[in-house]
Amino acid sequence: MIPPAFDYHAPQTLEEALSLLDEYGDDAKILSGGHSLIPMMKLRLAQPEHIVDINALTELEYIREENGVIYIGGLTREVALEESDIIHARLPLVSEVLPLIADPQVRNLATIGGNLAHGDPGNDHPAVMLALGATIVAQGPEGKRSIHINDFFEDFYMTALEPEEILTEIQIPVPPQGSGGSYKKLERKVGDYAVAGVAAQVTVDGSGACTSAGLALTNVHYIPFKVTDGEDVLVGSKLDKEAIEKAAGIASEQCDPSNDLRGSVEYKRAMVLELTRRALRDAANQARG
Amino acid sequence: MKTKEITVHVNGTPHTKEVSTRLLLVHFIRDDLDMTGTHIGCDTSNCGACTILLDGKSIKSCTVLAVQADGKQVTTIEGMANGAQFHPIQEGFHEEHGLQCGFCTPGMIMRAAELLEKNPNPTEEEIRWGISGNLCRCTGYQNIVKAIQYAAEKMSTEAETA
Repeated sequence: MIPPAFDYHAPQTLEEALSLLDEYGDDAKILSGGHSLIPMMKLRLAQPEHIVDINALTELEYIREENGVIYIGGLTREVALEESDIIHARLPLVSEVLPLIADPQVRNLATIGGNLAHGDPGNDHPAVMLALGATIVAQGPEGKRSIHINDFFEDFYMTALEPEEILTEIQIPVPPQGSGGSYKKLERKVGDYAVAGVAAQVTVDGSGACTSAGLALTNVHYIPFKVTDGEDVLVGSKLDKEAIEKAAGIASEQCDPSNDLRGSVEYKRAMVLELTRRALRDAANQARG
Repeated sequence: MKTKEITVHVNGTPHTKEVSTRLLLVHFIRDDLDMTGTHIGCDTSNCGACTILLDGKSIKSCTVLAVQADGKQVTTIEGMANGAQFHPIQEGFHEEHGLQCGFCTPGMIMRAAELLEKNPNPTEEEIRWGISGNLCRCTGYQNIVKAIQYAAEKMSTEAETA
């Protein structure tokens, strides 16, 4: 399959890329890793008139830690995250999700910014970023703005990004002492989209009480789904069996999966229930140290 | 601007061509350069048959545009042997019966090349995860793993004696 014809632009600077997006707006699509965009173009699900290839903007490929925040450039490849000591040491939840995304060849090109900006509820990073409370930085013709991840996913394949904006950075607060995170993904085969995925991140205090909780789901809702009511049950609890059961029950009831090749609605709800239990148990055990 | 002149260095040789911007890298390699060792399997970035090295990284060439390879180094299966002498990975596939129909083999070998470059002594599990983006529909994985283990051993022995 060959994609439909388009005009190809390969800007060498961020400024140049932004001016192209400003000029072409909705008619342009940004090409980063390309592993969602090119398949969609082959299937004619996307037919942009202009492709703005941002792969030369290597200034957007970085991972660094500063004052308790991890800063990740939008064009950072999955493989760079996988090989990053900072990610392994500081963000175990992110480190756990990486090998579950697609396969090694795809991770060589695919970017974290693209994974988020695509707004696909089947992608794995969105739930992880919801659980970690990340902030997205977008740059447009009028400068930079920050968007909290809770406000980022607006609708099916729709994010808060404007057509003229580039997702330039992801900021993730380093979880404090006494934190733990876990991602559980059920997939039909290695590299597939999740039948269901669950990201859990919790922090406990000296007495073992939960002081903060992040819980979010992959591919069982029209957008990446943050289980706010489940988080509320966890905070203040001892993350005991009862609290975990209750949160997992809420996750399973409140999500809205569709009946498709990956399973029936009933099956997916049952999987969300069990995966949420497992993710929370593992996250809690890690947090307790 | 629906065409662009690109120069791609394939197995060390620069090739300059005017190509359609929508041309996929795999078609550039197979149709424009007549190098048909790189296969097209699923055409959806699932099967890994089209795996090549782009600036040393294994990628699926059915999901990359030819224009994205402008100015870059491409290594295909044709670039692996040294004249009549097999690359150790090719030798491994030969010695360990690592192929049956052979369709997935070029992709498997190119993926194994980067895997062994990064991790010269992989465990069996690391090899299996390492080739998780490559499908063998003959299901000949046991011997593919053995072939890569053979190559790892041969390459480390060669590195020691060099």
